[in-house]
Amino acid sequence: MRIVAEHLFYTYNPRSPFETAALKDVSLTIEEGEFFGIIGHTGSGKSTFVQHLNGLLRLPSSLKKYRPKKPRKGDVSRPKTVLTVGEFDLADKKTDFRALRRNVGMVFQYPEYQLFAETVAEDVAFGLKNFSEEKLSPEQIAAAVKAALEVVGLDYEEMKDKSPFELSGGQKRRVAIAGVIVTRPEVLVLDEPAAGLDPLGKREVMELLHKLHREWCKTVVIVSHDMDEISENCTRAAVFADGRVRYVLPPRELFRHAAELGEMGLDVPLTAKLCAQLEEAGVHVDCDYTTEDFCRAVLAAWREKKEGAR
Amino acid sequence: MKAIEFADVSFRYEEGGPLAVSHLNLSVEEGEFVAVLGHNGSGKSTLARLSNGLLTPDAGSVRVFGQTVNEKNLFDVRSQVGVVFQNPDNQTVATIVEDDVAFGAENVGLAREEIGKRIDFALRAVGMEEYRHATVARLSGGQKQRIAIAGVLALMPKVVILDESTAMLDPRGRREIVDVVTRLNKERGITVILITHFMEEALLADRAIVMNRGELVMEGAPADIFERREELVTYNLALPHIGIICEKLRAGGMDVAYTLDAAVLAKEIAKCVS
Repeated sequence: MRIVAEHLFYTYNPRSPFETAALKDVSLTIEEGEFFGIIGHTGSGKSTFVQHLNGLLRLPSSLKKYRPKKPRKGDVSRPKTVLTVGEFDLADKKTDFRALRRNVGMVFQYPEYQLFAETVAEDVAFGLKNFSEEKLSPEQIAAAVKAALEVVGLDYEEMKDKSPFELSGGQKRRVAIAGVIVTRPEVLVLDEPAAGLDPLGKREVMELLHKLHREWCKTVVIVSHDMDEISENCTRAAVFADGRVRYVLPPRELFRHAAELGEMGLDVPLTAKLCAQLEEAGVHVDCDYTTEDFCRAVLAAWREKKEGAR
Repeated sequence: MKAIEFADVSFRYEEGGPLAVSHLNLSVEEGEFVAVLGHNGSGKSTLARLSNGLLTPDAGSVRVFGQTVNEKNLFDVRSQVGVVFQNPDNQTVATIVEDDVAFGAENVGLAREEIGKRIDFALRAVGMEEYRHATVARLSGGQKQRIAIAGVLALMPKVVILDESTAMLDPRGRREIVDVVTRLNKERGITVILITHFMEEALLADRAIVMNRGELVMEGAPADIFERREELVTYNLALPHIGIICEKLRAGGMDVAYTLDAAVLAKEIAKCVS
């Protein structure tokens, strides 16, 4: 499913002293099959944007009570807002939002805090029961839960009757992710999926996301503060700042804008920092800023120099 | 003077369960900056909780500035050893910054005037004086953690322990906290114990120790600890990103020093390539 947003606006607490414009004319397209990154400082609008993708935040025109206002004199005319996820038109009040939520999985920050059921199996089944069109048989539910637990790397028989609260932190996070992907969403959105984990835990979570991207969900969207995570994993990334999208680029091009990103309070990956410092020393390294490619490029330059010296 | 001294300390959470800390001997000098590294479940948080009497050892003794921690001197010990925990949202009690910072100082029964001075001092020390009247809920994670540190500082402790206090913060928040504690240590001579799983942070310390299964398994200058990378991996500690790059370049045959400093690595590479 392709995600298309055009001229998206969102204001919290409108017409009150706390009014804050969180999205100011955001246009962004995420293609099916991407591993997409969303970057931005706290308060940049990135969370507001992703909460639109499964209808947690709604466009006014998709609400039942919505009546189009008659244009008045002095109104600022805004371009038409478009928001579609695959065949779902999120600006339309006839859209089936339950079906949308089945298809767009949302994993919040620290999802393990949302575990609540008595057993792992019940917890994972919760979303499935709630978002399904027809009533599922216990066998169907068990089969779906089993598949979801197994894809996140947990053994169904061993886990199903355990309390989610007696698991380790890493296992809890996996159970929480299983509870979202159990509806087989085509799009999976994760807010800071690796936050709070130690380096090994981070690596495991990112490996899991790649596995899900290959086998389970066509499109993966991650919100992250960690630029290394973005450069290592994403096909493209969007940079949010002050409610607007400033860049939508592959990491290779994005992280050349170190100065501009710095102004927005954002960092660049370690490899990009090294490239910049090398550039100053008169060495140009052409790479896509993944660790792999950076080392390849440096080693190639070094071999070339050695050959030349001979 | 030894700030904190563990003598053959063992502790388990449940009877019959595994030892969370096992025969630990460790001493931290006053004014020292010690980093504690370890995988989840290695016992590093238990160490923090034993240091200010939140937990009592099953065997051995914990001494704080020479006195053995027991029920009678618990409050005294806690005013000397402050702990900042992981989750910024779990550590604030009041809605307004200054009230939150004052909470600990009020509880030990200081005079009103004195509390005012302590708030000034603590907020200045963490660089948050402009936020004195701000709403805690509207602060960023890094700012909330700085408020939590200020709350501890208001008790004028001699030791501050940070128990993974940066784990839930974004890179900017993490830098804020590390800057604040480094300053507290260098400028005010406060003893700092920084528990973390980010090796980059441990580099700033005078000494680093590594815990594994409740035991102290490595100890030394941070740079020396990182040199022993095969050993680190056996304790389930991942190399920092820059370490991985060094390794890969060396594996490819390049003669670059093993360093965790990006500027140094860039120079090394430039030297080899140009």
